[in-house]
Amino acid sequence: MTRRNIETLVGLFVLIGFVAIGYLALKAANLAAMTVGETYVVTARFDNIGGLKPRAPVKSAGVTVGRVASISLDGKTFQGLVTMELEKRYAFPKDTSASILTAGLLGDQYVGLNPGGEDENLAAGDTIKMTQSAVVLENLIGQMLYNRAAESGGEAKK
Amino acid sequence: MSFADLLPRLGRWAIGYLFRLGHAAFFLVELLKNTPASLRRFYLVVAQIHAIGNYSVVIIAASGLAVGFVLGLQGYYTLSRYGASESLGLLVALSLVRELGPVVTALLFAGRAGTSLTAEIGLMKAGEQLAAMELMAIDPKQRVLAPRLLGGIIAMPLLAAMFSAVGIFGGYVVGVLMIGIDPGQFWSQMQSGVDVWDDVGNGIIKSFVFGVTCTFVALLEGYEANATPEGVAQATTRTVVISSLAVLLLDFVLTAVMFSTPR
Repeated sequence: MTRRNIETLVGLFVLIGFVAIGYLALKAANLAAMTVGETYVVTARFDNIGGLKPRAPVKSAGVTVGRVASISLDGKTFQGLVTMELEKRYAFPKDTSASILTAGLLGDQYVGLNPGGEDENLAAGDTIKMTQSAVVLENLIGQMLYNRAAESGGEAKK
Repeated sequence: MSFADLLPRLGRWAIGYLFRLGHAAFFLVELLKNTPASLRRFYLVVAQIHAIGNYSVVIIAASGLAVGFVLGLQGYYTLSRYGASESLGLLVALSLVRELGPVVTALLFAGRAGTSLTAEIGLMKAGEQLAAMELMAIDPKQRVLAPRLLGGIIAMPLLAAMFSAVGIFGGYVVGVLMIGIDPGQFWSQMQSGVDVWDDVGNGIIKSFVFGVTCTFVALLEGYEANATPEGVAQATTRTVVISSLAVLLLDFVLTAVMFSTPR
């Protein structure tokens, strides 16, 4: 085989390899849909962040508008401090509330933003005041059991 | 045999083992020192990529497709028990990109390319071609071994990426076309769960490390083979055994470093 033929075949091999890497990055990992635009940082304190993880999506009306950048514990208030990066093209009113929601029954948790009605918008570094913690399944079950017990107790009295 | 006899034996075994390990490390350093020179004559590397990479494409693609099929079937069987069969795309893609792609490619590579490297260099040594080169003041490490090392290192990540891509296609064929999972769910679950750097990138780093390991083991065994037919045969066997074990153990270490800490 001539040198030129071998070089052509190797070129083809390398090309197929790069196409495969590109396929994995674009089709499997969806590089194109990742937040690449400019972002601004907003923080929020939650009493309980549940199973929220860094890089979880931040959604408003179901549309992904940003990502969770980091999670830490606020040493003073003992609340979970969630730092979020929101896309610059989306602005939210100052009285927007944040809640930690779950996608489906067993799905991943994400931050949901509920816009308020104020004229002024959240700026970089602002803190979202109104937050709603993650729903912890054990607490829910505990509450349900408690209610059941209270109900049956009431019936017994009658 | 008394205990006093056993202890020196153990010591001799340990020293011999460490000696071989150190020898291998020096050999690797010497090979790496020679790689810049082979970059200057890049055609030698290109020819090796052709021998190592191009001829492995068919076996890699065929195994990738088969592994993708099996992942699709087995994954569906388990996931459907939990009513999560839409996550099949995520399961197939993550297991391929993170683990199976790099590891199975490396194992196939050891069997397909590693053996031929060892046999080739072992026979060159047995035929005294390497000695003849040295007589002509050509360093066989520079002319013969370094281009092969580079070729293997370049070919392996590309082969692993092909394996994963074909495997995902195989999972798609079984999951969507045969079983009938919704294609939109299949792809969207995959895309929301697979990260470009954490999953795809780490998989490529893994296959790069395996490329160095497999090629290096093959070259070392060939170069150190006894210059007899039996010696070459034993060296070829050792190549497969050592590189397979090294790949599996290294994979555990790399996985522990890359994926065990929550992001």
